[in-house]
Amino acid sequence: MQGDLFAKKRRDSLVFFALLIAITCVSIVITKYDVEKGFTSIPKAISWAFSNFYPNEKSLEKLPDILLKLKETVLISVAAASVASLFALLFAIFGSETTGINGFMRKITRGIATLFRNIDVSAWAMILLFSFGQSALTGYFALFFGSFGFLTRAFTEAIDEISSSSVEALQATGASYFAIIFQSVIPTCLPQIISWVLFMIETNIRSATLVGILTGTGIGFAFNLYYKNLNYHTASLVVIVVVVAIMIIENLSNYIRRVIL
Amino acid sequence: MEMDESFKPISLEARNSMKSSHPGKMIKVKTITKETIVIQLTMIILAISTLYGFFTFDYKDIVFIESVVSALQSVKIMLFEPHLQHFTFGEAIFQVMVTLGLAFLTTLFGAVIALFLGLLAARNLSTRFVSNLIKGCVAFIRAVPTVLWVLIFSVAAGLGSVAAVIGMTFHSVGYLIKAFSEAFEELDKGVIEALRASGANWWQIVFQAVLPSCVTYLISWTFLRFEINFAVAVGMGAAAGAGGIGYDMFMASGFYFDLREVGLITYFILAFAIVLEILAGRIKRKLKSR
Repeated sequence: MQGDLFAKKRRDSLVFFALLIAITCVSIVITKYDVEKGFTSIPKAISWAFSNFYPNEKSLEKLPDILLKLKETVLISVAAASVASLFALLFAIFGSETTGINGFMRKITRGIATLFRNIDVSAWAMILLFSFGQSALTGYFALFFGSFGFLTRAFTEAIDEISSSSVEALQATGASYFAIIFQSVIPTCLPQIISWVLFMIETNIRSATLVGILTGTGIGFAFNLYYKNLNYHTASLVVIVVVVAIMIIENLSNYIRRVIL
Repeated sequence: MEMDESFKPISLEARNSMKSSHPGKMIKVKTITKETIVIQLTMIILAISTLYGFFTFDYKDIVFIESVVSALQSVKIMLFEPHLQHFTFGEAIFQVMVTLGLAFLTTLFGAVIALFLGLLAARNLSTRFVSNLIKGCVAFIRAVPTVLWVLIFSVAAGLGSVAAVIGMTFHSVGYLIKAFSEAFEELDKGVIEALRASGANWWQIVFQAVLPSCVTYLISWTFLRFEINFAVAVGMGAAAGAGGIGYDMFMASGFYFDLREVGLITYFILAFAIVLEILAGRIKRKLKSR
């Protein structure tokens, strides 16, 4: 009996690793991934970065311009996350197991959230480029749709997790639907909700760089411009500015999380 | 001192609500703690910066209503009249496979590297110095957006799948080290202590106690990352020329201006992403029930 179990386990893991290696080989072939180049490019990239990729005096002149672009990107990220959180909260309340009105509404709202979540922000950017062109609104709506899908899922899980017993208790006392939502569900979930919104802002700033490269707006555009002009010193300054901004926001939201959760 | 100040508003508020027309009917219970102040401040700051953002955005003479109408129209065309012009159905499937391949390679490399570094980053399995060093590096790696890693590597390796995979691996490693090391740190202290007392060395502790007890976590985190990497690979195909369905989408939207083709590609991406999400949910449930 015991021997069988170990033999089966060994066989299972053997099959698992064989499958893994097979998929790896197929992936390497179809993506035209050059394994040797993969290994040699890392030291090459590091030595290149040390000799070219640092800000110099000339690039510092561009700093005010870059900071302006960064401000725009951060504001777009914040605006997209906060407005999306309002819509997401509405959808989460209708889509949650405990507070949803009926099964049909639940299915519909969850379906819409799944749709928005599974189209990536970069795909949204390319779709919206047709109508909004190279304006801030393209990036804003792309981030808004992505945030909306993600936050709806996160909020739904938060509401399901936290409030089922308190909702039941209030229902038993005869409280109205809106009283339950506004007096119990939202207040108890508020710390979770804020924590997710802060997380979304961080994610949005990172995605905003990609969206900016694709749509020609904000900090992503600034990086792309200097990068394509082979002005690596200024491009590295953009990277440093982005990293500093993200780290500040991350530390700030970690502090807020420690206090409220 | 601080207590006095924080109590005043409550008593005032309570008195006001008592005076209002229905005494006894309304009971205002509000406690002003550091927690509520921080929550309210955060919400106010977010609201103000959102409004400020809307007033200062660079709209570039876009008429809002007109653009929204045209956006809705283009969404309608995308959803209901998708077609293929520049490649065939089979090629589209192949391109999605390429994107999946990029995501798979990235996740595999990321998971292998993160497994070892995650062990070294876990507080209970490593020294404080090494753990802090790795965690600091991870914070930096995660702060640089993936696309910037890819573009930086593409200078050395050239635009293509090598730069994309290595650049994306950086971010995956950062993400997975954080997830893995937290899973390792949750391990019961007594288990490690007991093994150490019986004379087991580091490798034995890792392979006999740590990995077997965390393996479900590791697999579900890795698959979650695979799901994310698929979405990232779409974006990298577009922004860094790594190929795959993302590149086709970039061409369709930025060069051919073919809405119908963008629509079909969106359907492809959506279908695969939903399949991955369902699979991830299944794997999670299966591992949990074990």
